[in-house]
Amino acid sequence: MEPTLTAVIAAPPSSAHQNRAKRRWIGFVAALAVLFVVIAVSIAIGSRTIELSTVWQVLWHPDNSPESAIVHDLRLPRTLLGLGVGAALGLAGTVMQALTRNPLAEPGLLGVNMGASTLVVVAIAFLGVTTASGYVWFAFLGAALTSAAVFALGGAGRHPTPERQILAGVSITAVLGAFVWVILVLRREAFDRYRHWDVGSFSDRDSGTVLRILPFLAVGIVLALILGRQLNALSLGDDSATAVGAHPVRIRALGLLAVTLLCGAATAAAGPIWFLGLAVPYAARMIVGSDYRWILAYAVIIGPALILGADVLGRVLVTPAELPVGVVTAFLGAPLFIALCRRRRLSSL
Amino acid sequence: MRTVVRGAGLSVRIYPRALIVGVLLLAAALAVALVNLTTGDFPVPVADVLKSLAGKGDAGTDFIVYELRLPRVLVTLLVGAALGASGAVFQSLTRNPLGSPDFIGLTTGAASGALIVMLIAGGGGAQVGVGAIVGCVITAVVIYLLAFRRGVQPFRLVLMGIGVSALLEALNSYLIYRARLNEAIAAQVWLIGSVNGRGWTEVIIAGVTVVLLLPTVVYFGRHLKLLALGDEMAVLQGVPVERSRAILALAAVGLSAGATAAAGPIAFVALAAPPLAARLSRSPNAGILPAAMMGAMLLSAGDWAAQNALPGNDIPVGVITAALGGVYLTWLLFRERGARR
Repeated sequence: MEPTLTAVIAAPPSSAHQNRAKRRWIGFVAALAVLFVVIAVSIAIGSRTIELSTVWQVLWHPDNSPESAIVHDLRLPRTLLGLGVGAALGLAGTVMQALTRNPLAEPGLLGVNMGASTLVVVAIAFLGVTTASGYVWFAFLGAALTSAAVFALGGAGRHPTPERQILAGVSITAVLGAFVWVILVLRREAFDRYRHWDVGSFSDRDSGTVLRILPFLAVGIVLALILGRQLNALSLGDDSATAVGAHPVRIRALGLLAVTLLCGAATAAAGPIWFLGLAVPYAARMIVGSDYRWILAYAVIIGPALILGADVLGRVLVTPAELPVGVVTAFLGAPLFIALCRRRRLSSL
Repeated sequence: MRTVVRGAGLSVRIYPRALIVGVLLLAAALAVALVNLTTGDFPVPVADVLKSLAGKGDAGTDFIVYELRLPRVLVTLLVGAALGASGAVFQSLTRNPLGSPDFIGLTTGAASGALIVMLIAGGGGAQVGVGAIVGCVITAVVIYLLAFRRGVQPFRLVLMGIGVSALLEALNSYLIYRARLNEAIAAQVWLIGSVNGRGWTEVIIAGVTVVLLLPTVVYFGRHLKLLALGDEMAVLQGVPVERSRAILALAAVGLSAGATAAAGPIAFVALAAPPLAARLSRSPNAGILPAAMMGAMLLSAGDWAAQNALPGNDIPVGVITAALGGVYLTWLLFRERGARR
C-alpha cells in the first residue's frame, strides 16, 4: 500500500518485478473476461430471461421479435449506461483517493454526487429543466462546487486526516440533503420527477441518455487515464513530487476537472450512487499494488463489472420488481467501508 | 491537587449561570408552546387557552385545546427535550460535536425498525413506536460492537455509525421501494419527522421516555465532566468508568429511541441543541438539562415555523429542523476549519 519509488523511477528489472508485471497482465485479462461475462448476463437476464444464443442472434440481426425489442430498446441501453457510469465512478474514486491521499475518499461519501444531484433538483424545481442533457450542466456545476468545498473544509489545517475528510463530506451531504427536502416540500410537482431520478437507477432511462453524456464521459475518462503518472508523483507528497519535476497544483486542478466531469455525467445519468468509488480502487490495489497507471486502467474494467453485477443482482433478487442499483451498491459497499474503518490505523496513501 | 480544587471552584462558579440559562430556556419553550396552542385553523386567544388549561374553558375551546393541539404541543416539548439530552450525552461520550444520535445512525436504525413494522408487519400506532425502539437499540449495540477493538475509540464510533447508517438507509429505500404506493407515501412522510396529528398515544410514549430516562442521564451525567478528562483521571476521582459510560449510553439510546418512536426521525435537534445551550451558558459543557430545555425550545419554535411558514400548508417540522440544522452544520465546519489552522 505504501508508495514506493518504483512507481516513478523505473527499478532495475528483477525476477520479483517481472512476476508482478506478469500478474498485472494476467489480472487485467481476467478482469476483462469477467466484464464480458457480466455484460452478457446483463443483456440476457431480467424479468424475461433470453437465451444467450438468441441474444447473440438478435444483437446483430434485429428482427421484429419481442426478444429483439427487449435487447435493443431496454437491455442494451441499460448495459451501456452501466458501462459508462461504472467506469466514471470507479475512475473518479481512484482520482479522488490519489488527490486526497485518503483510502476512504469516494464521490458518494465526500458529497460530490450529492452536490451534483442538489443542483439537478434546483434545475428541476425552479428552472423547469426536464431532460438529461439539461441536467448534466447543473450536475457539473454541483459536482465542481462540492468537491472544491470538501477539499477546502476537510483538507485544510495542518493534519487533514482521512476521517476528518469523511466527516466533512458526510456533513455536506447532510446539509444538501436537508436543502433538497425543503425544495421538494415546496415544489410537489418536482418531487415526482425527482423521485424517479433520485434512487440511483438504470431503469426508465431512455436510450439517448448514454449518448448525451458520452462526450463528457469520454473526456473525463481520457483525462483521468493520462493523469496516472502525475498521480504517482503526487503520492510521494508535494515536496517530493516537485523534486521529481511534477506540478502538484496543476495535477490537483486537472484531477478536480476529471472528477467533476466523471461524477457530474454519471450522476446526471443515473442519480447519486454510493460506495462504487470506494470499492473499485480498493479491489484494483489488491491486484496491482500502488502504481496509479495500473489502478486507473483496472478501474475502467472493474467499475463497470461491479455496477453491472449489482444491477443484475437488483433485477434477480426481487423479481418481478427490481431493486435500484444504488441500493444494491450501498448494501455491498457499506460493509467494505466498515471493514476499512475497523483497521487499527488507516494507512494514508 | 490544587488544580483539581480550583477546577471544582470554577465549576461551582459556572453552575448558577447554566441553571439560569436552563430555567430561561424552559420558560421560552413553554412560552412558544403556549403560542402554538393559540395558533391553527381556529385562532384561540391566549386568555381563552389559559382558561381552558385551568379547567374553566367552554366546550368548543376545550375540544380544540385538549384534543387537537395539546397532544401535539406536549409531544413537541417532550421529543425536543429527549433529543437535546440524548445529543448532549453522546457528544460528551464521543468527544465530538458530530457524535449526535442522528449522525451516528441511531435514528436511521429506529426508522428501519418502524418501517419494518409499518410496511412488512402492517402495524400502526404504538406498534410502530415499539419497532422504532427495538430498531434503535439493536443498531446501537451493532455500532458499539463494530467499533469495539480493545476499547472504543470515540472517532471510530462515529465512522462506524456513518457506515451502518448508509447500510440502513439502503434498507429503508428498499423497504419503501417494495411497498404499495399509498403505504410508501405514508412511510416517506414518517421518515421526515413530524408532529402533525400526534395524539395521546405519542404523548405517553415520549412522556414515559423522558420521565424515566432524563433523571437517569442527569444523575450519571455528573460523571461526564470527569470522563471527558480521560479514563485514568476519572478512575482516580472514584468514578466507576465503564459502568457510568454504559448506563449513560443506554439511557441516551433510549431517549432518542423514544423520541423517534413518537415523532419520527427528526434531524439536527440532537446535534445543535447541546452546543447552543453551551454557548448561552458560556461553559464548554453546559450539562444535560440546559441541552434538553434548548431541544424543547428549538423543536417548539420549529413547529411554530412549520405551521406558519406556508399559509394553509402544515409542513412537517423535520423539514424546518433540517434546514436550520444544515445552516448550523455548515457554520460548525467552517469554525472547525478555522480552529485547526
